[in-house]
Amino acid sequence: MNPNRKDLLGIQDLSKEEIGEILTTAESMEEILKRPIKKAPTLRGITIANLFFEPSTRTLNSFALAEKRLSADSINLSASSSSVLKGETLLDTAKNIEAMEVDIIVIRHSTPGAPHFLANRLDASVVNAGDGCHEHPTQALLDLMTIKKKFSKIKDLEVAIIGDIKHSRVARSLILGLNKMGAKVTVCGPPTLIPQWMDPFESKVEYNFEEVLKGKNILYLLRIQKERQKESFLPSIREYIKSYCLTYEKLKKFASPDVVIMHPGPINRGVEIESRVADSEYSLILNQVITGVAIRMSILYLLSKRKIDGFND
Amino acid sequence: MNVKFIEKRVLMDEEEMGWALRRLACEVIEDNPHLETIYIIGIRQRGDILAERIRKILKELTHWDIKLGVLDITLYRDDLTAYGPKPIIGSTYFPSPIDGEDVLLVDDVIYTGRTVRAALDEIIDYGRPSRIRLAVMVKRSGRELPIASDYTGVSVDLSKHEEVRVCLKETDGEDSVKIVEVSSESE
Repeated sequence: MNPNRKDLLGIQDLSKEEIGEILTTAESMEEILKRPIKKAPTLRGITIANLFFEPSTRTLNSFALAEKRLSADSINLSASSSSVLKGETLLDTAKNIEAMEVDIIVIRHSTPGAPHFLANRLDASVVNAGDGCHEHPTQALLDLMTIKKKFSKIKDLEVAIIGDIKHSRVARSLILGLNKMGAKVTVCGPPTLIPQWMDPFESKVEYNFEEVLKGKNILYLLRIQKERQKESFLPSIREYIKSYCLTYEKLKKFASPDVVIMHPGPINRGVEIESRVADSEYSLILNQVITGVAIRMSILYLLSKRKIDGFND
Repeated sequence: MNVKFIEKRVLMDEEEMGWALRRLACEVIEDNPHLETIYIIGIRQRGDILAERIRKILKELTHWDIKLGVLDITLYRDDLTAYGPKPIIGSTYFPSPIDGEDVLLVDDVIYTGRTVRAALDEIIDYGRPSRIRLAVMVKRSGRELPIASDYTGVSVDLSKHEEVRVCLKETDGEDSVKIVEVSSESE
């Protein structure tokens, strides 16, 4: 990784080589997770603050676990239990956290660009754990790693990303990542949930669900984000289920027999994915979760900096 | 600042290295009537190659198939979070649990002792061996920690400006031990 890199804000500003390095390092980190004592002293003395202004299960806990596995000290702060409720601004909150000698700040925020805003104003490293509808780089990296482990390559794979593309930071980061690694992406969903301008993402658009299932290596399903559906993009959830829910029957009928199913979670059983599919042998959903810890360990390791001299044995 | 390496002399050639390893292996046999309980662990990079060679010699001499593990100590280094490019992490591999085993740790050079310190920490995170001993190809002066080798290929006193290079066929194309002088000129 570029030794001058301070922050991880998005897939957009990572080079192909940097992505490769994060994935390779994560493979070695996975080995720690399989040991009897799942801990290495690598980040001893490094302090990490997890600022989560939006709810999260997987991302927060896998960051917390990654920090513990590498012996970093960590504190968690969520919007509901902090001075944010008393009207403190984001920058003030972050500056106060940084004043406690924190080295890395992991932030999730509903406003796109919030991590970038902090990164420009703080000395601490900032890791984007999801900012509004913009990017979710650690999710994309763990997805790339899950894919690489399954197929031993990423280049030339056919990937379909299905669902609410418009509001999905996961989709945005993943498309950028897959493009950089040379995979071929098709997005699919109701026209109201596909962004009007897809050109920067260099991916095909397909509105027909049955058509998009054909000939793909990976079907990546997205959750219908009810919290981002204030304007009505869909006539009803039932309507969406009818056209876009991946049922076992459709999977068997249209998809290739060696296809794999991925989903960033949380899954809405019976909405975008049928229970039988989520629990089938095609599903890599739980593999994605395991990989998540290793990827986050890799990122924290590669970003951590502290001045020590002299080690040349 | 420019760092230059000037080759000063060859400490050992291929043949001498071969003999040193053989002698080292014989010492291990002498000390261990129950050789079958030995568990060799090589420290990456180069220690793992030397470990494999020692194992081969031991097998030749005794016909015992000795277990061999590989240790990558990168995550246990005490300078890891220093500024600059991060070292690439290799993988650690043990063929079986190391609890209760009689471990022979192998590295190419012992200098400050910090690599061995890191290796001991990592091994202990994997289990509790009954004993750990250390074999090195080159023992040079300059220890910063109270750590010593039990089996040594060659000992040499060097100044701070000198460095030992252990070259191996597998990684460097030839077998030799060289002394190089490190000179840094500021421009």
